[in-house]
Amino acid sequence: MNYQTVIGLEVHLQLKTKTKAFCGCAIDFGKAPNSGTCPVCLGFPGTLPVYNKEALNSAIKVALAFNCQIQEHTKFDRKNYFYPDLPKNYQISQFDLPLSRNGHLIIFDQEHQPKRIGITRIHLEEDAGKLIHEADSSLVDFNRTGIPLLEIVSEPDLNSPQEAFDYLSSLKSILEYLDVSDCDMEKGSLRCDANISLRPQGAKELGVKTELKNMNSFKGVKDALTFEVKRQTELLQAGQNWQQETRLWDVQKGITVSMRSKEGAKDYRYFPDPDLAVFIINTPMISKIKAGLPELPQEKMRRFMRDYSLSEPDAKILVSSKNDARFAEDCINRYPGKDKKNIVNWLIGPLLSEANSRKLELHELDLDKNELINLIGFVQRQEISLLSAKTILTRMIDSRKSAQTLITEGNLLQISDTAQLEQVIAAVIRENEKSVADFKAGKTNALMFLVGQVMKKSAGKANPKVVTDLIKRRLV
Amino acid sequence: MSIDQETVKHIAHLSRIELQPKELEKLSGQLHDILGFIDKISSLDIDKVEPTSHILPISNVLREDTPHVSLSPEKALENAPSRKGEFFSVPKIIE
Repeated sequence: MNYQTVIGLEVHLQLKTKTKAFCGCAIDFGKAPNSGTCPVCLGFPGTLPVYNKEALNSAIKVALAFNCQIQEHTKFDRKNYFYPDLPKNYQISQFDLPLSRNGHLIIFDQEHQPKRIGITRIHLEEDAGKLIHEADSSLVDFNRTGIPLLEIVSEPDLNSPQEAFDYLSSLKSILEYLDVSDCDMEKGSLRCDANISLRPQGAKELGVKTELKNMNSFKGVKDALTFEVKRQTELLQAGQNWQQETRLWDVQKGITVSMRSKEGAKDYRYFPDPDLAVFIINTPMISKIKAGLPELPQEKMRRFMRDYSLSEPDAKILVSSKNDARFAEDCINRYPGKDKKNIVNWLIGPLLSEANSRKLELHELDLDKNELINLIGFVQRQEISLLSAKTILTRMIDSRKSAQTLITEGNLLQISDTAQLEQVIAAVIRENEKSVADFKAGKTNALMFLVGQVMKKSAGKANPKVVTDLIKRRLV
Repeated sequence: MSIDQETVKHIAHLSRIELQPKELEKLSGQLHDILGFIDKISSLDIDKVEPTSHILPISNVLREDTPHVSLSPEKALENAPSRKGEFFSVPKIIE
């Protein structure tokens, strides 16, 4: 039987404000333990929390960017439970009147087809402290307690681990454009839990779900889900039943392990926090924040396609990171002429591979953009080969020398001089009788081989177009 | 609405309160009465009353995102029942 995978993701996002959600303690990572606390975030009796204006602003931005409806009346509730990382014995969160609901974001599948993923709700809450478990005790650091968090809950609209990965990438890309969070899973500023179940293809009812925790990268989320699809498929095929449970991803072993926690539904006894007044978020306030939103990745993608005649896949690559998009657009604008295809090919080809091999992002390349454009000009005028140009690009990034200097230093000017090339071609034809015969018998690959040989003999300096013409003329 | 002893036990556990059998009996009775008083509200006509989540007619109380001076770790840890270095120390707990 075939099964359909059903996944929903729950993302917790730390907002990048200067101070905590309900008190003025500065948020500063890497600070000594318990050096960023005060009576409010330590939960002392008699203290009064007051919410951070900037955090509310950021949260509304996020809600709008994900196309959510903003709740006009929204309030904070107390979620009650005992755990040592929670000094008040309740977390300030939102229950029945969350900041926003009914949003969505668009992901693209391998064939670049869009898919709409629903967002159930985005609500405000606060982070808990950090626990370090030792042999016979647990140590608590309350620096993180009270950092403003957003919880972003997706609908169970994701149908494969890859879609979950694409959802997270798209989410992160939008959040980076908004500049409201560091979105770093390894540092814990973005955390993701996943709910996954399988059901027979076409079934209406959902299967028994598993909640996955402890993933600390997008790849980890994808790997954990992939493992879980396999595990649940095997259980279903063996006709086994199982209970809803929480499983932890073990990245070393590449498996999920049952948490075996005490059963019984959680009883959080939510109730409105009497210490915090309601928020009334009216239309003028929303309009003002909406007007201040930056251009988001998908708008930018459409604009790149429209203004620079980019293909959708190319535009998508260039807009996925805000800084890369800025870098790319700067290059495109500097590039002369209306046809931008050339500079775009350089950006998503040689430049991106330079960045990848240096483990940098595109915008982090130490490169004079005007020199890049000069370099492309040399190729356009067929004064150097594309191959040489790629070598020069590498050297340019290493040395910051000009294209002209590097071409001279490397003696890389392309040979288009027929007389000079004829000698090399004659030698290659002499030495490769079989390929010559193959070409005459109609094998086009043989021609490419012969051109390659000439390129090799000329240390990459022969003009391949001229060489191809000359060989053809000789052999046809 | 009535309340049975099991429910009272559950609530006591959630609040981390240990009750003796006698106390359980007494509290069950008292809670039963309290819930009875609250039930009276159900008989009132509240169609024209807006739902209230806060008793004061105030809203949008916010503060600027400006840092204050936090406590020194020494001060923060002053009342800790147990500490280890700069950390609060608690019995080992892993959920």
